[in-house]
Amino acid sequence: MGAHFGYLFAAYSIIFIVIFLYVMLIWRRQAALDAELRTLEARMAALTEHSAAGRPSEPRSGA
Amino acid sequence: MNNPTIRNWLGFSTLALMLVSLFMVFDYVPPDAEMGIAQLIFYFHVPLAWVAFASFGLVAIAGIFYLWLGDQLWDDLGYAAAETGMVFCTLVIVTGSIWAKPIWGTWWTWDSRLTMTFILWLMYGGYLMLRASADDTPQVARFGAVIGIVAAMDVPIVIVSVRMWRTIHPAVLVTKQGTHGLEDPRMVWTLLVSLTAFTLLWAWFLMLRFTQLRTRSRMAWLAGRIALATAVASDPK
Repeated sequence: MGAHFGYLFAAYSIIFIVIFLYVMLIWRRQAALDAELRTLEARMAALTEHSAAGRPSEPRSGA
Repeated sequence: MNNPTIRNWLGFSTLALMLVSLFMVFDYVPPDAEMGIAQLIFYFHVPLAWVAFASFGLVAIAGIFYLWLGDQLWDDLGYAAAETGMVFCTLVIVTGSIWAKPIWGTWWTWDSRLTMTFILWLMYGGYLMLRASADDTPQVARFGAVIGIVAAMDVPIVIVSVRMWRTIHPAVLVTKQGTHGLEDPRMVWTLLVSLTAFTLLWAWFLMLRFTQLRTRSRMAWLAGRIALATAVASDPK
């Protein structure tokens, strides 16, 4: 290989390292988004439960 | 853009084409007679520039539509495109600098194309700093749209700078004499495969980030509704 192989290797290594780091960043953001979504779901479930408890109970079918 | 099948297909196609283009760069294409092995950086440097410019063009288009329609979707698309464009623009500058050292004997020179690319990088850096530091309000989105549109005006200047001003940056694809600088057909094929690989990578990144930003926007809206409903439910009156 030529005298400038070090530069070539450095350029291609940096490209793939940066791409890998960006994929990792996207993956971490997705994990944070999933956690936030679970919190929202829990809050929504609590709210539904709260409003259901405030209402008179519905008659059961067939009763 | 929310289809996971398309996202997965894009991811695997990108990986496969990246491997093919790497094989072509290191085993198939002949190195340039003048620049030697360092010229092989070109086959990833040019596609990186293409996807960076395409990203910034998309930021401008999304910005125009956001200012016109006021739909959050366009703001999310512009933000996603600016971020991916910034990643690729950074790589263009870094790989260009590494290529410059053995050929020009310096890591950096204030050449017209390099300077205009650096200005482009700074402007989109400013855009991303604004978006990261401020809350997601319509006003910030409007500022972002305007910055994105103004900054994209630098893209055509970067492209024509090698013909407009005296520069040491080579005009490889279309030379100053109007011919293309890739004499060997293998060079053209390698460049085309790399261009396709990076276009797919760009589309994949864009899709992932856009989907995340859309989800975040919808979740912010839902959180507001839940907070309102909670306040109403806890009000004794």
